[in-house]
Amino acid sequence: MASALFNTDQNDNSERRRHDNSERRRNDNPESETNGQPQNNIQQVVEQDEEEDEELTLKYGAKHVIMLFVPVTLCMVVVVATIKSVSFYTRKDGQLIYTPFTEETETVGQRALNSILNAAIMISVIIVMTILLVVLYKYRCYKVIHGWLIISSLLLLFFFSFIYLGEVFKTYNVAMDYITLALMIWNFGVVGMICIHWKGPLRLQQAYLIMISALMALVFIKYLPEWTAWLILAVISVYDLVAVLCPKGPLRMLVETAQERNETLFPALIYSSTMVWLVNMAEEDPEAQRKASKNSTYDKQAPANQAQNEDAEADDGGFSQEWQQQRDSRIGPIESTPESRAAVQALPSNSQTSEDPEERGVKLGLGDFIFYSVLVGKASATASGDWNTTLACFVAILIGLCLTLLLLAIFKKALPALPISITFGLVFYFATDNLVQPFMDQLAFHQFYI
Amino acid sequence: MTLAVFFGCTFIAFGPALGLFLFTIARDPLRIIILIAGAFFWLVSLLLSSLIWFIAVKASDPNDEQLQKGLLIFGVMFSVLLQEAFRFLYYKLLRKAIEGLVALSEDGCSPISIQQMAYVAGVGFGLMSGAFSMINLLADALGPGTVGIYGDSQLYFLTSAFMTMVLIFLHTFWGILFFHGCENRRWWEIAAVVVMHLAVSGSTFCNPLYVGSLVPSYVLMAVAATWAYLLSGGSAQNVRRFLLCLQSGASPQPGS
Repeated sequence: MASALFNTDQNDNSERRRHDNSERRRNDNPESETNGQPQNNIQQVVEQDEEEDEELTLKYGAKHVIMLFVPVTLCMVVVVATIKSVSFYTRKDGQLIYTPFTEETETVGQRALNSILNAAIMISVIIVMTILLVVLYKYRCYKVIHGWLIISSLLLLFFFSFIYLGEVFKTYNVAMDYITLALMIWNFGVVGMICIHWKGPLRLQQAYLIMISALMALVFIKYLPEWTAWLILAVISVYDLVAVLCPKGPLRMLVETAQERNETLFPALIYSSTMVWLVNMAEEDPEAQRKASKNSTYDKQAPANQAQNEDAEADDGGFSQEWQQQRDSRIGPIESTPESRAAVQALPSNSQTSEDPEERGVKLGLGDFIFYSVLVGKASATASGDWNTTLACFVAILIGLCLTLLLLAIFKKALPALPISITFGLVFYFATDNLVQPFMDQLAFHQFYI
Repeated sequence: MTLAVFFGCTFIAFGPALGLFLFTIARDPLRIIILIAGAFFWLVSLLLSSLIWFIAVKASDPNDEQLQKGLLIFGVMFSVLLQEAFRFLYYKLLRKAIEGLVALSEDGCSPISIQQMAYVAGVGFGLMSGAFSMINLLADALGPGTVGIYGDSQLYFLTSAFMTMVLIFLHTFWGILFFHGCENRRWWEIAAVVVMHLAVSGSTFCNPLYVGSLVPSYVLMAVAATWAYLLSGGSAQNVRRFLLCLQSGASPQPGS
């Protein structure tokens, strides 16, 4: 489960990354000075980029903070609205197998012990699954990972949304026949699978990611008993801190491996505020690109590479025969092979400064959405302060996210998004529920205003 | 009760604030962040003051009614002072932020001025204060019930809504006044804001005698509004020009 926060452009071409170094990092990484291009070229571009970078750091911050505030807020609103209206998600109907110990015990000590054990089991499961994911990714078992992701999104998009829809209908006493329901769920699910795993309009993809995060959060809220839930939230933010920042942390290794291979991470696990598949377009032929990069390090400028054309005939790259004939007659015969196209696409772009800074997006892992929503949902479900507590947790999480993004703008590497927000959220939950609520209650009773 | 009261009270309490938010704050991401941070600062001040009140209550006799009410009044006053202290802290933070924004900008001036920040901070404080006062009431207003069935005032929801609205406005104007006082080292402006806040909160002690609390609060709001308007560069002439412009439908002049 990826719960990290990072820049979109970290997965770009490595040359582009070096060009975007700020002065601080240039001094820290002397090896970034030499990248095969003439030195004076770098100096001009880097100086120009330094000034832009300095100015861009905070402008990038404010707009992108809002680009993350909105989906996080939407997810929380969906979860809170569901919790408040559909009683299914606050009803105790048993527990998951990951939390086998019950919390209906006689003594407080027993309950505490049970919840600690539950949290320990849950965290171990999460750690094992994350390590499994990293190992699979490292050894390039992409098919297994994709199969795993597809099965889990199938489960979420079809089964959980079916249950959700059923409960909503029960709450509002809407009569619905199975045929219409099947049609709705089928359409919802299939469009969701396409948007998340393949290509789709950005807004639709974002909406689906928000919806599956909300569904997952609702499942957690329903099946996790109280003390276990708070403990799990606390422990998972510590785990997130460790997993993303420690050199041997699984999530850090995942991000670094993805950067080394110049690949984007799985779209099914990350919410991105800008078009992700545009970056993928440059890597449509990963096989050809590998071949091209292996044997064309010297002649990157040369577009033609006729050495390997076993599969050249089958793939004409979308250029029609007519167009090719026209081109051949004008500029002479040049074969467009997958290798040549990949080599051209792999050329360092000289115009990276024309990249609109506002299109540089920021990504947030879906795990973060889920746990933020679990916190706020649990607060609205079980707090005696009710809406005050929910509002306090909401503001606390947003401020935590803002601080995390500020740190991201300063440190420019993948950061855990859970610790600060969850800490603030937990502090404000317990403080508001136990301290502020009695005070506000008394004030409302006498109609005093502060 | 139910929907009519719910929507009525919501729009009385939060309508103007929503308008302020939509037309002046929602477009600019930096202002939204300042708004939420302002709400956060108000929340922290509330937390600390509730902590003090809670400790005082736990240390005292729960059956002594007068003592409890006295402690509550003390809690209110302390909370007001703490809110203003946090407004000052927020001012300090925003000052530092402006220096950072100036350093990072390309033309040496910040994308947002301290006066705009003062306004947004005030709205942030006001919105959070209003939300905390009103939201639980609104949630109860949705359900069944009869207001004042045990002899209490029947106007409870309505007066709460009006009080919330006036408080949101007051916080906005106090933000402008306070920051202006801090900027120009006019301590009497800061003291005036604190005194006004104490006065408004104090006036609510005579609830349910609503004349004693709502009327002074609205009068103080008008005073604060005029003062803040004058401090922000407005004048009687601007208002006149603005109104005349509307009436005659003439070509827009450099407006107020």
